[in-house]
Amino acid sequence: MDWKGRDVISVRDFSKGDIEFLLKVAERLEEELKKGPLDYARGKILATLFFEPSTRTRLSFESAMHRLGGSVIGFSSASSTSVKKGESLADTIKTVEQYSDVIVIRHPMEGAARLAAEVAEIPVINAGDGSNQHPTQTLLDLYTIKRAFGGIDGLTIGLLGDLKYGRTVHSLAEALAFYDVELYLISPELLRMPRYIVEELRGRGLTVHETTDLEGTIPELDVLYVTRIQRERFPDEEEYLKVKGSYQVNLSLLKNAKETLRVMHPLPRVDEIHPEVDRTEHALYFRQVFSGVPVRMALLGLALGVLG
Amino acid sequence: MPESLKIEVIPEGTVIDHIPAGKWLKVVEILGLTKPNGGTLLIASNVPSKKLGRKDIVKVEGRYLSEEEVNKIALIAPMATVNIVRDYKIVEKFKVSIPDEIVGILTCPNPNCVSNHEYVLPKFRIESREPLKLRCHYCERTVEGEEILGNL
Repeated sequence: MDWKGRDVISVRDFSKGDIEFLLKVAERLEEELKKGPLDYARGKILATLFFEPSTRTRLSFESAMHRLGGSVIGFSSASSTSVKKGESLADTIKTVEQYSDVIVIRHPMEGAARLAAEVAEIPVINAGDGSNQHPTQTLLDLYTIKRAFGGIDGLTIGLLGDLKYGRTVHSLAEALAFYDVELYLISPELLRMPRYIVEELRGRGLTVHETTDLEGTIPELDVLYVTRIQRERFPDEEEYLKVKGSYQVNLSLLKNAKETLRVMHPLPRVDEIHPEVDRTEHALYFRQVFSGVPVRMALLGLALGVLG
Repeated sequence: MPESLKIEVIPEGTVIDHIPAGKWLKVVEILGLTKPNGGTLLIASNVPSKKLGRKDIVKVEGRYLSEEEVNKIALIAPMATVNIVRDYKIVEKFKVSIPDEIVGILTCPNPNCVSNHEYVLPKFRIESREPLKLRCHYCERTVEGEEILGNL
């Protein structure tokens, strides 16, 4: 399919073919970057509209655009914009598209990126909308797994932590349904994956196990994808206190894991992965951070029509 | 009075039959028939019905509603039948069916969905018809059962 001008809003909008193509372009860019700076996007401007804070995703998009030879404008909090004066999202988007060639948006409301894409005539990339989707995180997660294991099919993958509010695991689970994987959903009862997602995964033929038992599950896994229990997503502080610190991945837990187990995390982490794990072969999360740059370079370049 | 006479009593217009009892007002609202140009309305409510036990009938005099327009009410009146009347005779009859896309009828039950905060019409796509499951175009959450009826 033609990527030029395409919006990147939800993993649901992609076919397996789209994903595989994008991952190949990212791989190519990673190799090209080793030889020196690139200038595919010279003269192009990326607008990063971050209505809620996210250092990692924003910096990664900015780095990706700079590495493509383009430039960046934007804001990192709604409080410094006209939104505070009551401007609608649609008006903000219509204004910003006059200044830029591609928009990346992070917004606390679900569906905000879809609305932005309907309003804008330039491509819009979703960098997280409430607890709904975070498709570029998913693409970089898939890329990381592929680079680490040579492929995705045949793996047993555990998703751990906040599966209720965590948009990264929602998107990732949906994307993994394209592959032949076995999925373990490990969480406290209160933070189980929403029913509609589990039903959908099973409906698409995935073997899905739901459990609260991390210790018993870890020997089965090739990948353990850990998420933070996000205080800011809980409508009720009491609920948060009940599940806070439910799991910790540490050396003692990893004794029962396969030697080849790789631990991933979208970061930032708080206490769910002990720093002692960083020094082991299991730690894949900093490599995962690095993957954000080639994957986002591929997305930006394809959407701008400067890569093919 | 026989059923057929109740339906044919208007000279020209549309008769929507087999609406679940008590739902006529919702039907009228969804179809925008309360507006000044909506056509003269005749309502029969709580009428005995073999199919439904009790039913409502809405007759819109002097206005012909298209199949697409009437399909909007399929979410609350899935058994409804529509009769187009010309010169006291039923010239066309069809059953409603839920359209593939539902726009501006159902609000999204997700309080954090952008469609509940910005100036935009809520939009849903059919995920499954049996049982009925809809997916919000914006927040991608699915809606089914009582949640659909509660948000109409």
